[in-house]
Amino acid sequence: MSLFSLLPPAAYSFGGALEFIFSKQTSNVTGGNKVGGIDQVLELAAAQIEVSVLALLLALLIALPVALYFGHRGVGELVAVGIGNAGRAVPELALVALVALVIGVGTGTLVLVLAVLGIPPILTNTFVGIRQVDRASVDAARGAGMTELEVLRKVELPLAVPSIMQGIRGSAVNIVATATIAPLVGVATLGEFILGENVYGADGVLAGAIVVAVLALLFEFGLAALQRRLTPKGLKLQQASE
Amino acid sequence: MRFTKTRPLTALALLVAALALAVGFSACGGGGDTTGGEETAAETSSEETTGGEEEGGEGEAIQSNPANAKVSLTIGSKNFPEQEILGEIYAQALSAAGYKVKSDLSLGSETVALKAVESGAVSGYPEYASTALTSFFGLEPEEVPSDATEAWEKANAEFEKKGLEAFEPTPVASANAVGTLKSTAEKYGLKDVSDLEGVSEKLTLYGSPECRERIDCLAGLEKLYGLKFKQFKPVDISLRYKVLENHQADLSILFTTDPQLSAEKNKFVILEDDKHVFPAGNVIFVTKKSTAEKAGPDYEGTILNVQKGLTLPVVQELDARVELEKQTPKEAAAAYLEAAGYVE
Repeated sequence: MSLFSLLPPAAYSFGGALEFIFSKQTSNVTGGNKVGGIDQVLELAAAQIEVSVLALLLALLIALPVALYFGHRGVGELVAVGIGNAGRAVPELALVALVALVIGVGTGTLVLVLAVLGIPPILTNTFVGIRQVDRASVDAARGAGMTELEVLRKVELPLAVPSIMQGIRGSAVNIVATATIAPLVGVATLGEFILGENVYGADGVLAGAIVVAVLALLFEFGLAALQRRLTPKGLKLQQASE
Repeated sequence: MRFTKTRPLTALALLVAALALAVGFSACGGGGDTTGGEETAAETSSEETTGGEEEGGEGEAIQSNPANAKVSLTIGSKNFPEQEILGEIYAQALSAAGYKVKSDLSLGSETVALKAVESGAVSGYPEYASTALTSFFGLEPEEVPSDATEAWEKANAEFEKKGLEAFEPTPVASANAVGTLKSTAEKYGLKDVSDLEGVSEKLTLYGSPECRERIDCLAGLEKLYGLKFKQFKPVDISLRYKVLENHQADLSILFTTDPQLSAEKNKFVILEDDKHVFPAGNVIFVTKKSTAEKAGPDYEGTILNVQKGLTLPVVQELDARVELEKQTPKEAAAAYLEAAGYVE
C-alpha cells in the first residue's frame, strides 16, 4: 500500500514540526515526560554528524587510494564503474541488519555500513576524474621529467578535483541521510524521532526529517566551499570561460 | 622504469587493503562465538516444541457463507512477527468464511496501524488492549485493568467514540518484560525488577528506539522503580535476544510471549514486574463500526471463533515457528487453522 494513503494531510504540519524542534512537547505514552526541544535535537544531531564524519573518513580512506591508483594506471575501469553501479543497489537496511547479526550492534557496525554506502560515488568519480585528465598534459609532465607519483600529485589530482569532490559530496549526502537508521543498531541519532512516531508524534517525525535535510545541506555546502578552495585557478578560469 | 616509480602508490593501496582486512577480522572476532549458540538454540526449541504443539481439534470448523463473497476485507497488522501471524490467522479464517480477503501486514507502529483503520486503508488489525489504553487513550500503565474483559471494555468504550469497535479479547496476553541471561541474573541475584536497585547503574539496557521515552518501558523503569541504568541503547526489536547473546546488553526488553523464554529456559529469564510498569494486554481485533455492519455477523463471529485457541503456549509455538524456525507467518497461520480444526 502507498504510505501516503495513510497520512491525513492534517497530521503533518510544518509549524508543528518547528515547534517540536524548538520547544518540548507533551506525549501520550511517556507518563508526563516531555519530548523534543532544541536540546534533544542538538544532541541527536551531534551524534548523527559524528557517525557520518567517521563513515565518510573510512569511505575516503578505502576508496580514494584505490581509485587514484587504478585511475593513474588506467586499468580496472570495468571494476571501478561496476562496483560503483552495484554499490548503488545495496539495500542499506538489509545490510545493516546482516552486519548487526554477524558482528553485533554499535557504532562500529553503523560506520562500516555507512562507509560501504559512501564508497561507490567516491570510487567511480575519482577514477573517471583521473582518467579524463588531458593526456597531452600528462605526457608533457612526464616529458618534463616528473616521476609517476609527481604526475599524479601535481597534474592529475588537481585537474580531477571537481570530479573527485562531486563524488565526495554525493557520498556525504547519502551517508548523512542514511545515518537515520542508526537507532536500529544501538546508536541514537535523529532517526529516533523518525522511527518513534508513537512517542514523538507526527510533528516529531517531520521535525526529524527536516533536521536531517538541513544536516545534508550543511555537508553539501561545506564540501562545495572546500571544492572551490581546492580547485586550481587555471581550471576555474577554464570552467568560467566555457 | 615506470613500474618501480609507482611503488609508493602500490604500497599505499596495499596498506589500505590490509587495514580493511584487519578491521574486518577484528570486528568478526566479537560475535563469532555466538553463531553456533543460536543454531543449537533453534534446534532445541524445535525439538521441544513440536511435541506439545497445538492441542488440535478443539476449534469449530469455519463454514463458508456464499453471501459473504461480495464483501471485500483487508486485514492489517503491526510490524513484528507475532502481529503478522495474528493478521494472517484472521485473514485466512475470514477467507475460509467466504469473504474476499486481502492482507496488508506489517503496517508499522500502532499509530500507523490505527490511522490505517481510521482512513479505511485496512478493515481491521489486532491490537493489545494495554497498548490501546496507554498509547491511544492516555492511561498510565498502573491504571490498565489486569482483568482482560475489564481492559477490553474500557478500550472498546474509547474506540466507540472514534467510530471504531474492538471485538472481545483472545485468551493470550502479551507484555513487555525486562529480560537477561540466566548467568547475569544469578550473578547479581535478580528475580524481580526491584532487585535491580543498586546494580542497575552498572548495567546496559537495550530496547526499541521508542523504549527510551515510553512509560511502559525505560521511562517507567526510571520513574516508577527509580532505576538509573549505565546506558540505554536503542536497537531493532528483532535483535532483542541477539544483544543478550552477544553480551552487548546486560538487560534487554523482551515480550512475555517470546518463544525463546520457553524454549531456552536455561539461558534467558525475565524479571518479575513487581511494581506493574508493564501492563499485560490481551489481543483485541480493532475495526470500524461501519465495516463490521457492512460485513455482517460472520465477520465478528469468525474472528471470535478462530482466536479461541490462541493461548500462551500456542502463540509461543507460532512465534517459535516464525522467529526460530523461519517459517513464514502465512505458513504458521495455516498450520494453526488446520491443527486446531478450523479448516479441513
